[in-house]
Amino acid sequence: MLSRTASDLFWMSRHMERAENVARMLDVTYRMSLLPYHVLEPGQEWAEPWVVPLVITGLVTPYYERYTAITIDDVLRFMVLDPNNPSSILSCLKLARENGRSQRGAVSSEMWECLNATWLEMREVNFDNIHHRGVSEFFEWVKTRSQLFRGITFGTMIRDEAYRFIRLPQFLERADNTARILDVKYHTLLPSVEDVGGAVDYYQWGALLRSVGSFESYRKIYRDAITPIRVAELLILRDDIPRSLHACLNDIYRILQELCDSSSLEPERLAGEIHAQLHYGRTERIMEHGLHEYLMEFIDQLAVLNSEISSHFLAPVDR
Amino acid sequence: MAGTYDEMHTGEEGVREHYTTYDAWLSSISRERIAQKRTEAEIAFNRVGITFAVYGEESGSERTIPFDIVPRIIPADEWQILERGLRQRINALNYFLHDIYHGHEILRAGLIPSDRVLQNSQYRPQMQGLDVPQGVYAHIAGIDIVRAGVGEFYVLEDNLRVPSGVSYMLEDRKMMMRLFPELFAQHAVAPIEHYPDLLLETLRAIAQEGVPDPTVVLLTPGAWNSAYFEHSFLAQQMGIELVEGQDLFVKDEFVYMRTTRGPKRVDVIYRRVDDDYLDPTVFRPDSMLGVAGLMACYRAGNVALANAIGTGVADDKSIYPYVPAMIQFYLNEQPILNNVPTYELHKKDDLNFTLANLHELVVKEVHGSGGYGMLVGPAATSAQRDDFRERILKNPGKYIAQPTLSLSTCPTFVEAGIAPRHIDLRPFILSGKSVRMVPGGLTRVALKEGSLVVNSSQGGGTKDTWVLEQ
Repeated sequence: MLSRTASDLFWMSRHMERAENVARMLDVTYRMSLLPYHVLEPGQEWAEPWVVPLVITGLVTPYYERYTAITIDDVLRFMVLDPNNPSSILSCLKLARENGRSQRGAVSSEMWECLNATWLEMREVNFDNIHHRGVSEFFEWVKTRSQLFRGITFGTMIRDEAYRFIRLPQFLERADNTARILDVKYHTLLPSVEDVGGAVDYYQWGALLRSVGSFESYRKIYRDAITPIRVAELLILRDDIPRSLHACLNDIYRILQELCDSSSLEPERLAGEIHAQLHYGRTERIMEHGLHEYLMEFIDQLAVLNSEISSHFLAPVDR
Repeated sequence: MAGTYDEMHTGEEGVREHYTTYDAWLSSISRERIAQKRTEAEIAFNRVGITFAVYGEESGSERTIPFDIVPRIIPADEWQILERGLRQRINALNYFLHDIYHGHEILRAGLIPSDRVLQNSQYRPQMQGLDVPQGVYAHIAGIDIVRAGVGEFYVLEDNLRVPSGVSYMLEDRKMMMRLFPELFAQHAVAPIEHYPDLLLETLRAIAQEGVPDPTVVLLTPGAWNSAYFEHSFLAQQMGIELVEGQDLFVKDEFVYMRTTRGPKRVDVIYRRVDDDYLDPTVFRPDSMLGVAGLMACYRAGNVALANAIGTGVADDKSIYPYVPAMIQFYLNEQPILNNVPTYELHKKDDLNFTLANLHELVVKEVHGSGGYGMLVGPAATSAQRDDFRERILKNPGKYIAQPTLSLSTCPTFVEAGIAPRHIDLRPFILSGKSVRMVPGGLTRVALKEGSLVVNSSQGGGTKDTWVLEQ
């Protein structure tokens, strides 16, 4: 397969996944912001819920280049509709569609129609009609379109190399997103690990779980109060939770085993290494090590893996 | 327009024999249903993204080509004439291309002035003496045909470089079958769906000998090219890679593509990039669309190109008047399809005649295409004609003029209901070991009342084209 094709498919899929993650994050933030409570203490303004999506996506600085203060409306404008923000939902859906358009021959026609229809609909979205139809309903729509796209991909693509280059970034993006959400929430929400149990705390941890679609899973598995350690265990080490780091790495490692050959051993080895850390990891050890440090290392390793994948498959130097 | 041939009707009431079944069907269904089907088609085309980019508008603007739901029907006996005529014409054109890049016999025989060919900007001296597989240059041709009267067909132009439109031909058929399956049960419409198979066979056949399983790719200028939809469509239909110049590189006079498994040799390139942009080391040095060193691989016979380099000289409007002479010279046959009488404005008499009769003539740029830069005398305002007169006088050799043909019309769904609109026909002819084509082609229709310009860039639409089997 052409490297450019692999690259377009990779980014098509990654942008679609990112649109969903952004929608999930914003939706949970939005729902939380409707709750009647105030956690803002002097010196804690950075913990204001609407700054969280910006911190998670690493977009605080670009945001302040354009807006003066954190307000619901401005964060929504920036994260949903701003064409200059490459991670806005608008940009993600546009890029997903553009990458797909370049590779119409490599994806099934139903996939393309889904991307195209999504974009045509997104083009009509503006700030007023988001509020008119309901903010959560809009995010629901984004999630549904992404899920539909994944479903169509799963249901219509030949299981070939192209399919693997579409699946791979979904797990890479998801793993990265889960790690970032966990890290930021952990810090913003929990000044001290012992400070557990209040209603605010309950809502916030519940929100974190909801944003990665794992609230019900938590209930099912632990049937008990939400504690940070269990959340970490659930979202890092359990491999039966679809958005956990371990589950994502299971897929990433498996796909890379299928994609790599003797000329591309490094991506597979690196994925295997990250996978092993999760597969044989212990929650207690992670906590001793420091959750933040652990997650930062994970995000860095994932970044290295990304660049290995890129240099071996997506934009190779002439060998 | 009085005296205009209508494909469906004769006079006020009459219906031509090959349209009777369709006419009965049409009068049996309501206008509402037709309108609803038309909307359905529009939505489907937009959703599927069958679009073309429009130059000169905001970058990235895409439009769908209007699709008309009334088919253009061609009876079997007429198609047989057309097919024989097209076969004859493309053979002569391929002989001509071989000749002007080898022995120049037709020039030495004095049938075409040498400078018309050798000084032509589309003549590629790099091709002189180079043997191409099977001696075929124009593997894919789109020859535009119009009808003026009963059995009276004219060739408007020969497109031998990178003719486009075949994807619309295929999509229009698919759409008609989806919208009106019952019509296909009532008519024996000759199939066209195998065009991509024929195309792939044609391409594979020109690979270097001894390559058992040649790798064929389609080279596109990229996603912003106006015909990109067609490029990706054809690549997908043939199951070949759609590549851009940046995906290819040359090493030791072989062409390779960059793949996820390392470099892979390419044997045949169906290029949809113009000559000028193919190889920056030989043609335009600023081209970002081509592959440096491609021409050297081509000369070495290590890669085949379809179409060959340098075909533009044969479809140039200044060479067009000589095609009937080519047919007689190379085939010793009488032309089956007519040429439109053409005034060459580099000739003094022709120039004077043209300037005196601008209101009756169509004037075209010799190197123009796509309906850009032409004057339709009878439809133009006197200011437009004066403007064109100035342009002609500045550089008469740049133009040709032709009488305004009364193109045939076909009933077409427009705002006011169903009304006649002018049409043409672009059949696609594949040349390799033999000449092959699917019955019919792309029918283009000028949607504006009275307009004779059918190009999609100028507001034209398309119709499904049915060749009836006997």
